[in-house]
Amino acid sequence: MGFYDIYKEHEQRLSSEGRETDRYKKLYDLLSPQTPASLERMAEKAHALTLQHFGRAVQLYTPLYLSNYCDNACVYCGFNRNADIPRRKLTLGEVEEEARVISSTGLRHVLILTGGSREESPLSYITECVRVLNGYFSSISIEVYELTEEEYAHLVSEGVDGVTIYQEVYNEEIYGRVHPSGPKSDYRFRLDAPERAARAGMRCVNIGALLGLAPWRREAFFTALHAEYLQDHFTDTEISVSVPRIRPQNTGFKPACSVSDRNIVQMMLALRIFLPRVGITLSTRESASLRENLLPLGVTRMSAGSTTTVGGRIASGSGEPGQFEISDTRDVKHIREVLAEKGYQAVLKDWVGA
Amino acid sequence: MEDHADVQDRLEIGGMTVSSRLFIGTGKFPRKPVIREVLEASGATVVTVAMRRVDISSKDENVLDHIPEGCILMTNTSGARNADEAIRIARLAKASGCGNWIKIEVINDNKYLLPDNAETLRTVEALTGEGFTVFPYMSPDLAAARRMAEAGAAAVMPLGSPIGSNRGLKTEEMVRIMVDEIKVPVIVDAGLGAPSDAARCMELGCAAVLVNTAIATSADPVSTARAFSLAVKAGRMAYLSGPGEETGLASASSPLTGFLRDE
Repeated sequence: MGFYDIYKEHEQRLSSEGRETDRYKKLYDLLSPQTPASLERMAEKAHALTLQHFGRAVQLYTPLYLSNYCDNACVYCGFNRNADIPRRKLTLGEVEEEARVISSTGLRHVLILTGGSREESPLSYITECVRVLNGYFSSISIEVYELTEEEYAHLVSEGVDGVTIYQEVYNEEIYGRVHPSGPKSDYRFRLDAPERAARAGMRCVNIGALLGLAPWRREAFFTALHAEYLQDHFTDTEISVSVPRIRPQNTGFKPACSVSDRNIVQMMLALRIFLPRVGITLSTRESASLRENLLPLGVTRMSAGSTTTVGGRIASGSGEPGQFEISDTRDVKHIREVLAEKGYQAVLKDWVGA
Repeated sequence: MEDHADVQDRLEIGGMTVSSRLFIGTGKFPRKPVIREVLEASGATVVTVAMRRVDISSKDENVLDHIPEGCILMTNTSGARNADEAIRIARLAKASGCGNWIKIEVINDNKYLLPDNAETLRTVEALTGEGFTVFPYMSPDLAAARRMAEAGAAAVMPLGSPIGSNRGLKTEEMVRIMVDEIKVPVIVDAGLGAPSDAARCMELGCAAVLVNTAIATSADPVSTARAFSLAVKAGRMAYLSGPGEETGLASASSPLTGFLRDE
């Protein structure tokens, strides 16, 4: 039984009965409306679990955008193929320039991203970029279009150890609406991508739903179920979850559903209590102050010194529009200082790349 | 703090003499400088560091800079999912100047973080042939421990309970058997939550204990480290003194039949 079957089973149960049974009732309850007092109790529990399993250490990484060419028409994305923006992809020389800038901040974990174009950013191009980056980083993760298991395995053999791939929205019907065309409109191929990556030998797989596209409680529920499914089937893969909220971008897209700070907090707490060992990744989509407040509640990984623009760290790319606006614009040094003030160790290196 | 008994009772391990039977793990501390304070306050000299966290190219982020001189570095292979990865990490550690003491950690169960004894044994066999002094972290299994000792492990390191769980010595019966049967030192690693857990391990005859989470995540790591150090000494002293007789009944210090006077 694949995850799609699990999704359908719970989707039907929730739609017909409006509730869950067995162990999933606990998750359902954790994601149901809470009083401030019960949310506080959840926070205490989540904090204790995080401390126990991960200690006072938070791993830092930064995104590196390689290309913004895209064949998809995702309505919420600043890189969607209909967006009127300058398209570019980095030359290998530019990749190296960006790598140097990032590496000088001390970071040893990098997440490389491309738009969803197999033609403009084919596997061979990603591979060449990885070969350049291997000289600078001890861990390279990818956030690119969905690949086959063989393609993921090829990248593992080239030194990639992590995959971030968001389902964006688990609700299948809404998924179809917000991904009207392009290869990404294939819901199932997207849904099974994290599993293919894990099977191909990726050490870390990071999933998530883009919050704001559909009612968040149910999206959070399926995100947790998906993470549990992956943890159960791939015990040697580190599974983590992101909780990204839609940010303003150049398309002018307005989220259909609101997701408040309180909601984000509850989702994070529910994830931590339901899956004590799951990683939780928090990006610079969120503001500096919110990120600091979320830190003790379960966060295990944060981005820092981010830019969502292709070539955003080198002169040729500055000033161009990014995929979305980042909120926490502090540099790596500043984030490290803040973590230290809060009693957390910033982990800049946490793997030994081949 | 050192007394006569300590001097008489040094731990000989891996060709070295170690003054403290408390080994310290470094993964979960809030700030790296705390590691030095903890080591100095507890008198611990063996310290384990994950190779995955070592960045020798970094000017300000190298964890090794926070370890006082005179300490013995035991690099661990944390993150390895199989023997091949563990062997690669161990070789890298040696090549990076981290010495040849390697704690082998091979874990492919991310939920409970329980070690894979079969892959661990394979790693021990490979690395002892390459001049490493190896310390396998393992599930407490007598047959596996025997094989690791035969393969040349300098000690065996059974877990007390799952890493980071602070649940104490849940594996006591298995560890007791290992202490009785295994010729190399038995060091309990992982899961010890309170100084009394550490004392218990030492009372059983374990050679040492390794603690990280309980110290690193306590409100006052330095003070907790000192408490662990004292508990380890107390437990060791109790072991060396031998146990008092254990009976199922209370034995009144004023005998119940004391009124009977011989006539």
